[in-house]
Amino acid sequence: MSGVRVLVGTRKGAFILAADGARRNWEVSGPHFGGWEMYHVTGSPADPNRLYASQSSGWFGQLIQRSDDGGRSWQPVGNEFAYTGEVGDHLWYDGTPRPWEFKRIWHLEPSPDDPDTVYAGAEDAALFRSTDGGGSWQELPGLRTHESGPGWQPGAGGMCLHTIILDPVNRDRIFVAISAAGAFRTDDGGTTWQPINRGLVSQQLPDPDAEVGHCVHRLAMHPSRPDVLFMQKHWDVMRSDDAGGSWREVSGDLPTDFGFPIAVHAHEPETIYVAPITSDSEHYPPEGKLRVYRSRTGGNEWEPLTTGLPQANCYVNVLRDAMAVDTLDPCGIYFGTTGGQVYGSADGGDSWAPIVRDLPAVLSVEVQALP
Amino acid sequence: MIRVRLPAHLTHLAQVRGEIRLDVVGPITQRLVLDALEARYPMLRGTIRDHQTGRRRPFVRFYACEEDLSNESPDAPLPDRVVTGEEPFLVIGAMAGG
Repeated sequence: MSGVRVLVGTRKGAFILAADGARRNWEVSGPHFGGWEMYHVTGSPADPNRLYASQSSGWFGQLIQRSDDGGRSWQPVGNEFAYTGEVGDHLWYDGTPRPWEFKRIWHLEPSPDDPDTVYAGAEDAALFRSTDGGGSWQELPGLRTHESGPGWQPGAGGMCLHTIILDPVNRDRIFVAISAAGAFRTDDGGTTWQPINRGLVSQQLPDPDAEVGHCVHRLAMHPSRPDVLFMQKHWDVMRSDDAGGSWREVSGDLPTDFGFPIAVHAHEPETIYVAPITSDSEHYPPEGKLRVYRSRTGGNEWEPLTTGLPQANCYVNVLRDAMAVDTLDPCGIYFGTTGGQVYGSADGGDSWAPIVRDLPAVLSVEVQALP
Repeated sequence: MIRVRLPAHLTHLAQVRGEIRLDVVGPITQRLVLDALEARYPMLRGTIRDHQTGRRRPFVRFYACEEDLSNESPDAPLPDRVVTGEEPFLVIGAMAGG
């Protein structure tokens, strides 16, 4: 590998951080799309020069940008996200029915083998797909029109489809997560979907183990073991060994099991990372100490990773799409904060250093290993 | 010839500098001007008017001749001084938060 490229989406633009394989000296470019909210910037696994970016604004709506040269130049592509058929209603915060209304794209997930195929997760929750490099988008309506859909209710951040995992072995299988509906799986390429929330317990729900309604914050999978899923829920870190058929809690000895991102080491499928946050009412690290926690046992037993991270007076958050791992050896891990720092570790989390310190609030972090 | 001014975000998106000048034929209305604008700059589609409804996005305003035309019918005639090119048609991002 010749190097890595870290793609950072922030509240006020996108930034690209590049380094060679040592990952010590970084070049920073940006802001790209200055002033716009960049919910997600990501690259195609099939062509690292093909990037997609979700660009949005409360004033001017949603745009999708595409780069074919690794982020040196960009072109706006299709931005029409139309729900298919009868739109229907979901529940609003006050419990009244409200028509589905497109607001923005939270997450883009390119196909592992076709640079022109990319999935997009929307608020209000829906899954879209483009097979022409983002030129046009078609909804996979079986998810939104699931029989439980009229009962879905937004989380505090909106009713967003924020996680999309394409099964690398079974190409008809896709996992998604929605706040606050829960996790869902399709086994037929997106035509039909089933909730996969058995084992989740959320005391915020009138029925704590309901089939849907859980505020899932993030899912993660190691590509070598597509039946093993890890979840950071609103509260609780969870694990499934049967592709979401059932979940068990693996929060173990974490200081708090509230948080947003969760990630899996690139070469060790039982090594996982979370960024514990004090609580749902205090969105900052416990004791003002920014600590990533690592489990080498697939959960339950956790160790704090603190070297190079601020251990006093730190009150930032780490959002759900703002942690990523590279595939170099040793594995690199990166995360961004709402305080505008992007931290990187080139040794699997043993030590950290800020790559940049003063960006706008970081919404997403992705990393590409470059050939 | 109709003069149109865009907010900074949209001039960057359309990669234009300063005012845009559009040759528009027919009774000059807001709809006709925006149709012509989007035809020349397709990347603006969906940013001023909602894709699905065709209506002005909530935080976009249309001003001309010191008047707020945002809530006028899209098919109402624009002021004569806009039609003659004496005054520009202004697309504005509303003052609303950071």
